[in-house]
Amino acid sequence: MFQSPEIEVINLARTFAGTPPVHALKPCSFSIDPGDFVAICGPSGSGKSTLLGLLGLLDVPTGGEYVLGGKRTSELSDSERSTVRAFDLGFVFQSFHLMNYRTVEDNIQLGLIYQGVRQQQRRERTNHVLELVDLIDRRHALCSTLSGGEKQRVAIARALVRQPRVILCDEPTGNLDSANTHNIVELLTELNSSGQTIVMITHEEDVAAAASRRLEIVDGSVSEVK
Amino acid sequence: MKQGDNLTARSSFRTVDLLRESAFSVLSRPTRALLTGLGTMLGVGAFIATIALTDSTRAQVSSRFDALKATEIHLKDSNPDGTNPFPVDSSVILTSLNGVRHAGLYFPISTSAQLVPRASLDNSRKADGTIQLIAAESGAIAATLPRFSQGSSFTTFHEIRKEKVALLGRVAANQLGITRIDNQPVVAIGDISFVVMGILDDVGRNPDFLLSVIIPASTATAILPIRSSEFQVLIDTDPGAAQLIGRQAPIALRPDAPDRIQALVPPDPVTLRRQVSGDVTALFLALSVLALLIGAVAITNATLVSVMERRSEIGLRRALGAKKSHIWLQFCTESAGIGTGAAIIGLSISVIGVSIACAINHLVLTLNPSVLLAAPLIGLTTGALSGVLPATRAARTPPSISLQA
Repeated sequence: MFQSPEIEVINLARTFAGTPPVHALKPCSFSIDPGDFVAICGPSGSGKSTLLGLLGLLDVPTGGEYVLGGKRTSELSDSERSTVRAFDLGFVFQSFHLMNYRTVEDNIQLGLIYQGVRQQQRRERTNHVLELVDLIDRRHALCSTLSGGEKQRVAIARALVRQPRVILCDEPTGNLDSANTHNIVELLTELNSSGQTIVMITHEEDVAAAASRRLEIVDGSVSEVK
Repeated sequence: MKQGDNLTARSSFRTVDLLRESAFSVLSRPTRALLTGLGTMLGVGAFIATIALTDSTRAQVSSRFDALKATEIHLKDSNPDGTNPFPVDSSVILTSLNGVRHAGLYFPISTSAQLVPRASLDNSRKADGTIQLIAAESGAIAATLPRFSQGSSFTTFHEIRKEKVALLGRVAANQLGITRIDNQPVVAIGDISFVVMGILDDVGRNPDFLLSVIIPASTATAILPIRSSEFQVLIDTDPGAAQLIGRQAPIALRPDAPDRIQALVPPDPVTLRRQVSGDVTALFLALSVLALLIGAVAITNATLVSVMERRSEIGLRRALGAKKSHIWLQFCTESAGIGTGAAIIGLSISVIGVSIACAINHLVLTLNPSVLLAAPLIGLTTGALSGVLPATRAARTPPSISLQA
């Protein structure tokens, strides 16, 4: 049975103005199906974060089309892009981006605030994902007291609680030691096994090996690694 | 089913979440919030203190000023021709006016050599210096707010019977060598003896009474040759009634010729108070507004710095679905919250300070409740307006900033 892709990229490009202009992402096309676990690999400065910014609607392409869940994003206003980010996308950042003066629970609920979810439902969903990432006992702890691995698990829980179409991970293990890296990769693999679409940027070969598909980006050109 | 399947969903920011997120952001950095709001705290504090001190001082000025100055009216003959322009029942007419406490006619009697008051009928015992002789109705005596060291004033009883009684001012009594009245001393005016009924120790107004021998006007008119051109009526009014009584009295006394009577009314105390305190109040209020402006600039600056420091958080919120308007609202709310909190602290400090100042200076603390309510509103408005520029800058922060480590 035909399944429409979760992400469809058609000649997507991003050029930064300047003298001369910088072609951070040259026109590229690919698609990602629901349930895919895609790793985007490449050296520093190759355009990985530029591509992730475009896939996450954090940046606007200078050319091409990006279709997310059947929606053509080039036609969306800034406000509508916010709505898509709020409901369709989850983010996991290399530097966690947690609010250290807030509790684990608060940080995870932040992912639901802009969806307009009410407090009671937020608590229920937060508790559910905290169990998934094995942090239920630390839900009242301040994020400043967590280890790096725990912080990244909170960040994954914050992405997960939103029930997004796609979770976009930007070097999720970049700031972790090998033991925590292993745990996070295992967690992402488990989530993918349950049907979650994941796109992960990494420059670590062993982390990329956990993904079911690999795209490589070099000097702004994207290619599929067989 | 994934959230994204709900195509009607829109990014939203519920009011309760807006307030909660703003409160968390402010309270997580309490020292910074306090320092940010310091200017507003000083501005609102100075504003409230200025108003409270002005009101308290005004009330004090009012209580003193109204009691003595603003309740005194003198009615004079505007066209003196040696005759008495006032009707015989002047005091009765005037005291029937609402707001008049005491009123009565009085006039000095020319003290020719024969009429110089003496301590006895013995012409060889002359008083030292010149003692004035004043004829007055009991209402006029009462209107001077007298305090007696000996005896009391004559009354309408003595006036109707044209009794030969007299009151002595403190200075006149000393000059006449009369210090007590229990031995029924007399003063002699011409060849008529007047029994001394009382000695005035002090008066609230018309201090010349203290230098004088005062006899009932009816007695004077009946038995002495009157050649006075200084007929006057002294009126003591309730506070705030002087202006009205000053307009009513000439008409009430002489409806046939009200222009014949000139009313000398003290300046309107409200106007006078405003003139006296207006400049000082304006100066302090200007300083308060200046402090508020400085406070607003301080909030703007501190919040601008905060926006720079919180770019990562703003980027995160945008990545999580916050619209530009959500970011703008949150920063404005935070500024408004800081302004309101600072205003409440400033209000509390200024009320405590003014209370202490009033206690030390024996002033009654007078503070309009609406001012107390206005203070947080001023702080809220100042904070919200100060937050507009930083909030606008924060809202422009691109969501891609979240990808920067």
